Amino acid sequence: MLFDFSDYDQLLPLVTNSLWAGAILALIGGLIGVFVVNRELSFAVHGVSELSFAGAAIALLIGLDVVMGSVIGSVAAAAILAVMGNRAKDRNSIVAVLMPFGLGIGILALSLYPGRAANKFGLLTGQIVAVDDPKLEALAIIGAIVIATLLFIWRPLSFATLDPEVAAARGVPVRLLGILFMLLLGLAVAGAVQIVGALLVLSLLVTPAAAALRLSSSQLWVPVLSVLFALVSMLGGILLALGAGLPISPYVTTISFLIYLVARGIEWTRGKARA
Amino acid sequence: MTSLLQVKNASLEFEDRAVWRDVNFEIAPGEFVAIIGSNGSGKSMLLKSILGLQELSAGAITLSSANEVGYIPQHRTSESNLPLKVRDFVRFGLDGQNFGMAIPSKASKDKVTKALQQVDAIHLRDTQMSKLSGGEFQRVRVAQAIISEPKLILADEPLSALDLHHQMTISELINQQRERSNAAILFVTHDLNPIINFVDRVLYFAKGKHSIGTVDQVMRSEVLSDLYGYPVDVVRNQGRIVVLGSHDHDHHEHEEWV
Repeated sequence: MLFDFSDYDQLLPLVTNSLWAGAILALIGGLIGVFVVNRELSFAVHGVSELSFAGAAIALLIGLDVVMGSVIGSVAAAAILAVMGNRAKDRNSIVAVLMPFGLGIGILALSLYPGRAANKFGLLTGQIVAVDDPKLEALAIIGAIVIATLLFIWRPLSFATLDPEVAAARGVPVRLLGILFMLLLGLAVAGAVQIVGALLVLSLLVTPAAAALRLSSSQLWVPVLSVLFALVSMLGGILLALGAGLPISPYVTTISFLIYLVARGIEWTRGKARA
Repeated sequence: MTSLLQVKNASLEFEDRAVWRDVNFEIAPGEFVAIIGSNGSGKSMLLKSILGLQELSAGAITLSSANEVGYIPQHRTSESNLPLKVRDFVRFGLDGQNFGMAIPSKASKDKVTKALQQVDAIHLRDTQMSKLSGGEFQRVRVAQAIISEPKLILADEPLSALDLHHQMTISELINQQRERSNAAILFVTHDLNPIINFVDRVLYFAKGKHSIGTVDQVMRSEVLSDLYGYPVDVVRNQGRIVVLGSHDHDHHEHEEWV
């Protein structure tokens, strides 16, 4: 059954941690996604998440902390892209080179891992019940670092993203901010991989912001809508997946996709109304 | 009057070639200086050097107040799709470099309004940047450059991609700021004619050489022929200046002026 709400009152307490984790990730993803879209980093996000998966899988195999492994993998990938992938063209080919390599290493580590299969697929496609207290704490720390830093650099980063030449002329450290942003992105991806899985990180870090940018060009409303869309996708996905006992990712990605479609539809109607 | 900007023995050389050598000039408040030259002669590089974004090979550039520079970069087509409202784009010029969120305040709002009024674009305040025409975009660029009330405005080909009418309008808007605030203007252009009534001096780059002086001193056949190393005719017609290269030299920018 795709939707099943029969034992809901008993199931809900089991996912309290997941809901908190989902809310934290939605906040991170919604905010950072605005810059991911405006800096044309969508494909890079995908590459970073595969490396994050590799890091997590290796950590699982050798018995280290999975979140830490995930962070190491994605921050390393983000750092490589930050230093080497200055131009979109270079960046895309570097991502395309790194991504299958990361995925391959990750699959190797998972194949060698003797533990339960659910843990294996969780890293790729997401999981809801596996968020224990230490994992939630790790996410909260990642979230606090990413969101605090992002809000602090928000204005010069927007300037550097949208109008890099004038920003540089006005003394904004454009290149340094770009590198810092990639590191934040690495952290955010590592967090998202834990919940939605490496294959579907884009639905959290790109789709909500892309939908928001279809609806608004306001410096205030784009991040607000983006976070809102990410929250609805994440929490809605977890709550729907709960009853059915299926992975959360199809629910999260579908809600996120539908929001994007509606945003496109609204944009199209507005365009027609104006014409 | 003390100078705003001093360029002393400035040279810019790359491994294989010298872009320019021993450039010397000073700019006083209220001066309008045009920078002209063919593609690749290092006009934009000079602006980047003044902004501190391009290191010199030799010499020095001194700005009396580094924070009070307004910059109008070359227009790129990728810019025409900015997901941003005009008012936020203009505000970047005021405090975009500061850390923290851009909290809307009465003071910043008033400054954005004033800058947009000065370029006669207040009606575009809430328009999306992607909806602007080429002329409107440059108007907004001027507003962004003047909102911080700079002492020096560096404009890099602000007239490229504009039709003649808009070339005149944008030139006038930049010149108005000079008259209002006694700002000095460094104006890179292919065509001197839209700004010929405002220009005090011309800095002409060609083939690694340069010449600086008033329009009458620089825009002469013998001066430009010397720079280019082949015969060039400077023709004046009804207040307009046209530079004609000889035919056996394939590419010559200024034939566009005709």
